[in-house]
Amino acid sequence: MSMDTRRHPIAVLTLLSALATLTACATSSAPASTTAKSSKSTEVPVATSVTTAYPSTYVVPTSAPTLIRGATVLTGTGERLDGADVLLRDGKIASIGRNLELPAGGKLIDGQGKWVTPGLIDVHSHLGVYASPGVEAHSDGNEATAPSTPQVWAEHSIWPQDPGFEAALEGGITTLHVLPGSANLFGGRSVTVKNVPSVTYQGMKFPEAPHGLKMACGENPKRVYGNRRVLPSTRMGNVAGWRAQWIEAQEYMREQKNYETRRAAGEKNPMLRPPKRDLRLETLSAVLRGEINVQHHCYRADEMAIVLDMAKEFGYKVTAFHHATEAYKISNLLAENNVCAAVWADWWGFKMESYDAIPENMVLVDAAPGGCAIVHSDSSEGIQRLNQEAAKGIAYARRMGREIAPEHAIKWVTTNAAKALSIQDRTGSIEPGKMADVVVWNGNPFSVYAQAQAVFIDGVLRFDRSAQSGVPHSDFLLGQPAAQGVLQ
Amino acid sequence: MISSKILGGLFRTAALFAATVAVTAQAGTASLLIRNATVHTVTADATAPLQNTDLLVQDGRIAAIGKNLSAPAGVQVVDAAGKAVTPGTFGGLARIGLEEIGLESTTGDHSHRLGQMRPEFDVTMAFNPESMSLPIHRSNGVTFTVLTPGSVSGGSLVAGLGAPTSLDGSLPGNQRAMFIDVGGDANDLSGGSRAAQFMLLRQAVVEARAPNLVMVHDERLLTPSGRQVLLDYLKGAGPFVFDVDRAVDIRRTLQFIKEEKIRGVIRGGAEAWRVAAELAAAGVPVILDPLDNLPNSFDSLGATLTNAARLRAAGVTVAFSMRSPEVHDAGKVRQAAGNAVSHGMPFADGLAAITRIPAEIFGVADRFGSIAVGRPADLVMWSGDPLEVSSLPELVVANGQLESLESRHRALRDRYHERLKQGQAR
Repeated sequence: MSMDTRRHPIAVLTLLSALATLTACATSSAPASTTAKSSKSTEVPVATSVTTAYPSTYVVPTSAPTLIRGATVLTGTGERLDGADVLLRDGKIASIGRNLELPAGGKLIDGQGKWVTPGLIDVHSHLGVYASPGVEAHSDGNEATAPSTPQVWAEHSIWPQDPGFEAALEGGITTLHVLPGSANLFGGRSVTVKNVPSVTYQGMKFPEAPHGLKMACGENPKRVYGNRRVLPSTRMGNVAGWRAQWIEAQEYMREQKNYETRRAAGEKNPMLRPPKRDLRLETLSAVLRGEINVQHHCYRADEMAIVLDMAKEFGYKVTAFHHATEAYKISNLLAENNVCAAVWADWWGFKMESYDAIPENMVLVDAAPGGCAIVHSDSSEGIQRLNQEAAKGIAYARRMGREIAPEHAIKWVTTNAAKALSIQDRTGSIEPGKMADVVVWNGNPFSVYAQAQAVFIDGVLRFDRSAQSGVPHSDFLLGQPAAQGVLQ
Repeated sequence: MISSKILGGLFRTAALFAATVAVTAQAGTASLLIRNATVHTVTADATAPLQNTDLLVQDGRIAAIGKNLSAPAGVQVVDAAGKAVTPGTFGGLARIGLEEIGLESTTGDHSHRLGQMRPEFDVTMAFNPESMSLPIHRSNGVTFTVLTPGSVSGGSLVAGLGAPTSLDGSLPGNQRAMFIDVGGDANDLSGGSRAAQFMLLRQAVVEARAPNLVMVHDERLLTPSGRQVLLDYLKGAGPFVFDVDRAVDIRRTLQFIKEEKIRGVIRGGAEAWRVAAELAAAGVPVILDPLDNLPNSFDSLGATLTNAARLRAAGVTVAFSMRSPEVHDAGKVRQAAGNAVSHGMPFADGLAAITRIPAEIFGVADRFGSIAVGRPADLVMWSGDPLEVSSLPELVVANGQLESLESRHRALRDRYHERLKQGQAR
């Protein structure tokens, strides 16, 4: 079931709406669903994933049609079109081709010498939760007070005024996935946001994108909690910690199901009550039902293989391994399990489990038949130039005798990333009907000299290098004497 | 998922490319003639790169630069086919050979936590020339770095002595520099206030300049050897490198440099562009991270990607280093230089900022940072534009040694590439 629902996010959401309705019936404190359909799915165990709670309030502003004419277009689907036109209309990609007509009232962008790509997607960011400036008060990314905190949601820590969002926009980032930190075995729910300025995070939240669950292998959980003399202090403790929680989630689902069965049978016992809501187990059970993606921080090959076995034991799927510095050692295994590896280009040596990280990691993951390589940042600096990080992969591939075309490499920061966030049916590629999330570059994006000239999100021009106002999006930088004249 | 067309492309072995990888010579003291190169000498008087130029290296030294040079017997000839040759690049103020694994304290020696001001702390005594990071950085064109002590919690705002060193595996020479941390990030080393930082520095200077000053032991900041070392630097033994970001703190640092008549260098310098004229007038160079554009702290609210370009335009001497001291970040300095160029710095200045300028700042310009007849050969031939992320070295000569491009990274790559080809990466 989990596989099927993940492939059809809209179906999932309909189902989740139904679940939320049931929740609202079941407990007085539950948030009401705003898009509830009839509750036909009473046979489904009611472990409320409440993905419809704290809903997105992002509304796509209206925009004039935009025609980009005569550019080199990397579609994100593996194609490169030279001298192509791209028409953005009503927030969507309307068409791609030659000699497209500029609609009345539309804006024309001369694409001569320019390259056009899908908006870049970073699957691993802590913008907003570890915001700039990095003062103690902004340390909101890790609820490192217990080894397992699946009940926390990263979105409830996002500070939309983080100046890092705008810097990332200037680097062509249109969508990003914000995760909690990695001190915990289960770090909490991660969230996908559109990179648009907003006073509230709900105004950035990617509509109807499933949550992720951040999990972490290896050194971080065992160091943080081992130092406090609580489990885990070892890698075997990590695994025992995860398994114990999954078992609790299974039990929670059984209790939910038992309640549903008795209620459906018409039992009138006034003592018949649904199990008390448990935020921790709501998250975990939603993973077991395939409604939440698993984004698993894991460096070493041997540990990733253990996690894959654990996923089989409990019947869920790992969506992506993050950091995955040894993914290249098990690239066949990852591909066979349809698990993406989200990696850095060239970080290594900062901890023992990153000692074997090599810059060819992304290339070797990519080269396995069916491999899914993603370049991620995990950094407020790196997110500003994911294109350059991918370019390093091209360079290292060439040095080992593998030529990687730009139209292929772009997938590492667009379509493959979208797949790992279950939004690939809506963004990540330049295809008719997709969200008009598009970057116009001043040249080949896989260059250190490449700059995003124009960044569109849902057809709206959100960054225009030729018309920078000097007024920051972030309230924090507004009126700061030291920041005066940064843009001149 | 992946179309067969793309898979075909991926698995195509680039035979043509293999043929262009120029040098398979034995590593060792370099004797070679590089023909038809685009030579960026980066000497102070260089104007444009030398096109279609030959470069003769004999016994590890640059013997000749010119057209149609003849190859002496026993000298290997490499056809550069127009590729760029530059001086070996700078890995920045870094921990190469001072730290193997960031989080493992037994492998890290870059900073002391003695809780005392110990200007005599010489971090080069911990340098491990057999760290796996040396061959990795060399194979990416980094031939020299500055071993840099840090001011960490439990240490001192006077971090101690660092030194420029080659990545050829030899030990550092005699040049040293004194590293000092100023600003909010050092507040816990100065009793909670940056005002106390200059107070403590001035007290240390008084102690050093008056070795016969009678003080009870408890009042002293410095040990006898610390007083001696600080005095040597006050007299000009080497530069003082101040890690400072906020514009007004840079001004106060310039004042300190002027008062004490010392050779000062600003490092970090996130807001240096705001005091560019004063830096230029004082002749104080800035070593900055060109990627530093976020207000990471309240000391760097004015951070911008145009810092380097603005400082250069004002006549300030600019070199590059990453702000992060992580060992792997040393390999990113060249990328950072490319970004500085894409944000307005002239290309020649961007290249100099990772070659000749840092060598000059640290007193080793006779060994690193430029290509000139008579100098030890320290150079790189690149597959493309030397500041481009998609370019990698095809030939590296570090301190006269022709380097193999082998490294632990490459050994891992080759092992698992083989397994992948057999479908056995599992």
